[in-house]
Amino acid sequence: MRYDSLLDSLGGTPLVGLPRLSPAPDVRLWAKLEDRNPTGSVKDRAAFFMVEQAEKDGLLPRGATILEPTSGNTGISLAMIAHLRGYQMICVMPENTSIERRQILQMHGAQIISSPAAGGSNEAVRVARRLAAEHPDWVMLYQYGNEANARAHYATTGPELLADLPGITHFVAGLGTTGTLMGVGRYLREQVPGVAVVAAEPRYGELVYGLRNVDEGFVPELYDASVLTTRFSVSANDALRRTRELLDAEGIFAGISTGCALHAALAMAAKARKAGQRADIAFIVADAGWKYLSTGAYSGTLDEAEARLEGQLWA
Amino acid sequence: MAIEVRIPTILRTYTGGAKSVEGSGSTLAELLGDLDARHQGLRERLVDNAGLRRFVNVYLNDEDVRFLGGLQTPVTDGDTVTVLPAVAGGSR
Repeated sequence: MRYDSLLDSLGGTPLVGLPRLSPAPDVRLWAKLEDRNPTGSVKDRAAFFMVEQAEKDGLLPRGATILEPTSGNTGISLAMIAHLRGYQMICVMPENTSIERRQILQMHGAQIISSPAAGGSNEAVRVARRLAAEHPDWVMLYQYGNEANARAHYATTGPELLADLPGITHFVAGLGTTGTLMGVGRYLREQVPGVAVVAAEPRYGELVYGLRNVDEGFVPELYDASVLTTRFSVSANDALRRTRELLDAEGIFAGISTGCALHAALAMAAKARKAGQRADIAFIVADAGWKYLSTGAYSGTLDEAEARLEGQLWA
Repeated sequence: MAIEVRIPTILRTYTGGAKSVEGSGSTLAELLGDLDARHQGLRERLVDNAGLRRFVNVYLNDEDVRFLGGLQTPVTDGDTVTVLPAVAGGSR
């Protein structure tokens, strides 16, 4: 397939069946390979739509500086687009994120400001908000509250899924900014009566939940619980185990957040089978495993890998 | 058998530092009431007049209770209930 430029090749990702992990001929799992996007993750869709919208709104004059709290993929997507379009990019990211992500961001010309590991992305959001207030000329696209993030999935990922899988019964994705689930979920709910929209939420180690009190919590502005039908909390151990199963059984080398989504997808598959219902369950492969090699997720025993992930933001 | 309730770090002041405690009840509301008898003040940190507090997530065997039946979600012996604060999470 031919495109005028890398950015023009955004989306249109393959949906592949998982014949070995699907539990029955009429209960099938399908993986949407979002690692086949320009910078290798699902975040390219949101980043592209957010930049386009900001340009339309006149928020990004020539040479403008984009600021974003991000510990990974959104930053990489934004940094690539910003570099091509002549913007400066500053990422605020927790210090406990993998070295690969930092190096890729730097390759795309982004500047990195570290936020304390304790508090995870909550803390990165706080630091970014403070910086935005101190530098009114910097533009924070703010993926957690930017409607263009969810709209990217409403306009592209959702229609792609339905076109490839008209009989879709379940959609499963990781819950972060909530953009993928809100956008795809809204689209599918309009088109497919009774479709299940399932969130898989990574359950981190204690460090990430090191808030001083529960009133300091964070719920993304994009989040609308009425779009979801179920929300699963997935441990690092389960996410790692599924990430390895996906590689072992189907040959798909995915990042750890994909294992999280697969775990929830398999739970839905087991429920459907038990109830004797047919199911076509699509889930998102958010990115490939390359960026997480240094976390040790793919070597040694599961317990060893889990111990190495303690305190890390693995999804 | 009882119901295991996992407590996040920030609420362990109510459980004498314990990572998990045990309780009983036929619904989540009853379970939290039972816990509060031994860990006074814990319930109020999780629930207000409108139900579960905004930044508190409670999972029954890894499923968010808000999508099950909220405080009226049935619970039984052998279940695991996990309490977690809502956070922005990881690599976004």
